[in-house]
Amino acid sequence: MLGDKDRIFTNLYGLQDWRLKGARARGDWDNTAAILARGRDAIVEEIKASGLRGRGGAGFPTGMKWSFMPKQPDVRPSYLVVNADESEPGTCKDRDIIRHDPHKLIEGCLVASFAMGAHACYIYIRGEFYNEARHLQAAIDEAYEAGLIGKKACGSDWDFDLYLHRGAGAYICGEETALLESLEGKKGMPRLKPPFPAAVGLYGCPTTVNNVESIAVTPTIMRRGAAWFSALGRPKNTGTKLFCISGHVNKPCNVEEELGIPLRELIDRYAGGVRGGWDNLLAVIPGGSSVPVLPKEICDTVLMDFDSLRDVKSGLGTAAVIVMDKSTDIIKAIARLSRFYKHESCGQCTPCREGTGWMMRVMDRLVEGRAESAEIDILEQVTRQVEGHTICALGDAAAWPIQGLIRHFRPEIEARIAAFQARGLKLAAE
Amino acid sequence: MAKVTVDGIEVEVPNGASVLQAAELAGREIPRFCYHDRLSVAGNCRMCLVEVEKSPKPVASCAFPVADGMVVKTDSPMVRQARRGVMEFLLINHPLDCPICDQGGECDLQDQSMAYGMDHSRYREAKRAVRDKNLGPLVKTVMTRCIQCTRCVRFAAEIAGVPELGATARGENMEIGTYVERALSSELSGNLIDICPVGALTSKPYAFVARSWELKKTDAIDVFDAVGCNIRIDSRGPEVLRILPRLNEDVNEEWLADKSRFAVDGLKRRRLDRPWVRRGGKLEPASWDQAFDAIAARLHGLDGARIGAIVGDLCDAESMLALKELMAALGSANLDARQDGAQLDATRREFYLFNTTIAGIEEADAILIVGANPRREAPVLNARIRKRWLAAGVSVAAIGAPADLTYPVRWLGAGPDVLAALRAGSEGFAATLRAAKKPMVILGEGALRRADGAAILAAAWMLAAEIGALSADWHGFNVLHNAAARVGALDLGFLPGPGGKDVAAMLEGGVDLLWLLGADEIDGARIGAQTFVVYQGHHGDRGAARADVILPGAAYTEKNGTYVNTEGRVQRGEFAVFPPGEAREDWRILRAFSARVGHPLPYDDLDALRRRMAEVNAVFARIDDLPRRGAVDLSPPAGDPAALLSTPFAPAVVNYYQTDPISRASPTMASCTATFHQPLAQAAE
Repeated sequence: MLGDKDRIFTNLYGLQDWRLKGARARGDWDNTAAILARGRDAIVEEIKASGLRGRGGAGFPTGMKWSFMPKQPDVRPSYLVVNADESEPGTCKDRDIIRHDPHKLIEGCLVASFAMGAHACYIYIRGEFYNEARHLQAAIDEAYEAGLIGKKACGSDWDFDLYLHRGAGAYICGEETALLESLEGKKGMPRLKPPFPAAVGLYGCPTTVNNVESIAVTPTIMRRGAAWFSALGRPKNTGTKLFCISGHVNKPCNVEEELGIPLRELIDRYAGGVRGGWDNLLAVIPGGSSVPVLPKEICDTVLMDFDSLRDVKSGLGTAAVIVMDKSTDIIKAIARLSRFYKHESCGQCTPCREGTGWMMRVMDRLVEGRAESAEIDILEQVTRQVEGHTICALGDAAAWPIQGLIRHFRPEIEARIAAFQARGLKLAAE
Repeated sequence: MAKVTVDGIEVEVPNGASVLQAAELAGREIPRFCYHDRLSVAGNCRMCLVEVEKSPKPVASCAFPVADGMVVKTDSPMVRQARRGVMEFLLINHPLDCPICDQGGECDLQDQSMAYGMDHSRYREAKRAVRDKNLGPLVKTVMTRCIQCTRCVRFAAEIAGVPELGATARGENMEIGTYVERALSSELSGNLIDICPVGALTSKPYAFVARSWELKKTDAIDVFDAVGCNIRIDSRGPEVLRILPRLNEDVNEEWLADKSRFAVDGLKRRRLDRPWVRRGGKLEPASWDQAFDAIAARLHGLDGARIGAIVGDLCDAESMLALKELMAALGSANLDARQDGAQLDATRREFYLFNTTIAGIEEADAILIVGANPRREAPVLNARIRKRWLAAGVSVAAIGAPADLTYPVRWLGAGPDVLAALRAGSEGFAATLRAAKKPMVILGEGALRRADGAAILAAAWMLAAEIGALSADWHGFNVLHNAAARVGALDLGFLPGPGGKDVAAMLEGGVDLLWLLGADEIDGARIGAQTFVVYQGHHGDRGAARADVILPGAAYTEKNGTYVNTEGRVQRGEFAVFPPGEAREDWRILRAFSARVGHPLPYDDLDALRRRMAEVNAVFARIDDLPRRGAVDLSPPAGDPAALLSTPFAPAVVNYYQTDPISRASPTMASCTATFHQPLAQAAE
């Protein structure tokens, strides 16, 4: 269990002042100039050594991502873009960071931008986060006023500007290249890769896109050292992580814990346990709506980290734990997610544009059982036809929940179909 | 160069090439919908997926760059499975209306579904329907058929330079449209029909007219401007049903302007299908003999100096030569091909050609346009300038009435005084032209058809020489003609001979018998009342209205003809359909008449006539063979470059859609005029 001394987000619950004064009291902005004085390479090496993996869902090593940025910039400037378009259903960690600890993020932006040679950083915040955007803007203004960012940030010789940009609430704009398109004022549609943003990103310039949480933890890692961070968690899945626990638990909450904590312990200790006790658990979606659902027998033992969840054919995603007890209509729950992805598909790639609608419609029928049992296999094949065949991962994200459902709850679906057919026969007999 | 193995075949491709290009080099065909050679890569249809070794997922070959040592499989089970999946997705919401779809038979989706489609649909839900859009009188939409490949969006934005199309909404609700419904304001909009891989964008005038496999296909040359676009005439029986572009990288790539494509319905209207003779002030139907007799009677005893001939803008070189030689036999030197009075200097060929060549535009690094609006006068050539601007951001400046040419243009002024300022160096753009390695000067008809045309021609040539546009390996002096027949006529010497009269002199009572070969751009009211007018041509237009005898000729689709485009490229079009009624090929009419008046022309068939053409000018022996020119002799045309007037240049083409007898007879062009030209004209007022 993570001790209070090892917590990074010490104002996660907003019990203290979120402004600069409070942030300073918690240790933020403490001699940031000293961190910058260590130089670009040292920062990138430290983050690499810490084993920090991106907190936005894909889990790509953050330090390595930073190292892709050009060392010697050509005529083009480099940019850091922070992805605060937190839209993954079940996820609300970035939101709490921004509203209760915005200075952690701002300081992280400075450190990370410096490490990548970027003089400008854009934070792309989800349009619906209105109050959060106001908090963040107020914090940015404070930081400018205090000389922490702007010309000669923190008294270093590094000029740094930070801009906040509000999105218009499209889920797809959380995909890094769609986010860049949107930031440039275009329709939010993912770009083809390669070229990757580190080569051709925002306005055609080298760009790194990081999640809010990844950026917000970096100043603390720099202060306390890579060894401290990597000692937490499990090998290759190091450090602490914000978990968002929602659904059928007694006390839904956000909590910072070590990676690799058993799922059951996480739920029992912080969320007050499953409604009606652990045995009343039906299934858990462990990492936000995009990852496959896990049935209770896996939830009994699984550890919450990138690799452990991948081994059970799910994923850590954004670590948004959605708990469903036995009162849940699991088919309906997944059908709702299918509706979400159909609504949020950008419409660019054929498989996703056409497939999400198809999957949604079949799922809607499966909720009633109004289908043939052979259609379960067809649906499974359709998800395979979408998965991996699109420019971005939204196609995968739309396919996985259904695949998880069919993998673990096929008897449930078949029973639903049988019941519907039996009802039809009964009506016919009458 | 990178070595890539495609299905076991090793090929070397340039670095930065795509996997799709490597596969094509290896002779493997990759199915595609969104990818198009001449457009930016969208990578969204996902039909071109291939397997690349060490990549866990199939990759979109159109967008994926090659790497040295890459191993690609284009026909593995993974690839086939992926393409089948994409095809199934494309078809679930595509209507099953192939039997009534105009794209049927030439539809990429239809073709690919034969290779990757299933024999039945697994989709049991309701299909999507999309409201059709009105894109104007040329392009018909059936948006339910759209597969959202966005080729049209990219064509409009990139090639046509009118970013009016786009996609609204997202996911399966995504629709292609013009945001606010409006007609597409491009002279190249017809190419959207070709570029659309399905039946979403089809030809409005051609809707439900024919199936592609019923049509006879004939290679021909377009005559609606002087670009000489290569076209394919699709006909059924006696009717030309549609015109499509034919690939020629040096001329039109694969594009065609709207007038060239859609004015085709004008070929069926107002046609002259029998001879007419004016008796008692009224035109009456006549036989060929009666018509010839009437002309012969008027010719009888007439001095050659009182006979004249003017050829129009759509004429083939064969008929122009026959007419020239007929006139010579009758003792006349009164010949002219310049209905508009353009003061061209035909003493050297490079004085009247587009010497840089159309493909050469892609090397230019600074362009000056004088008295021309290439967007209206030669839309396909204008697209080439735009292409060059997109690729290299060349600076383009122009003298004349400001207009939207689809690329940024510095408008230096309205009249020839700017030309003088450029030569003197007092106009800032002169420095840009001088600094350029391959500058171009494009001189339009609008600058030549004026009293000081010869002066402007000379001044423009001298400017070209002074800025270094004339060198041994680069010829940057260009004349942009509007008439398909013009260069051919100049090459044949269809100009006033020694002591001969020009158009103006002939019209104003200079001749007693005037032979108009398809000449419709002259004002009939100017022709002297005593002048006996023979009109030989295919449409009952301005020339026929003033005629005393009408000889029905053949339109460009109805004869084997040679045309020389503005570059000086000699091209041949083939006969597609017979002329209507009693109309005949024009050179045959002239040959027959020459025998009637006792001066039989020395050729009995087309081959002999063409041999004679090559004797008159050797360029006619070299078909579609255009060597790149350099400038060797820098001595300027005869005009006095100082005698410039101050009047501003007037546009040569006011209404793009109606410029000649065929397009004036075309209902489609009339509706284009109503849609595009008249609102503009009204707005200007």
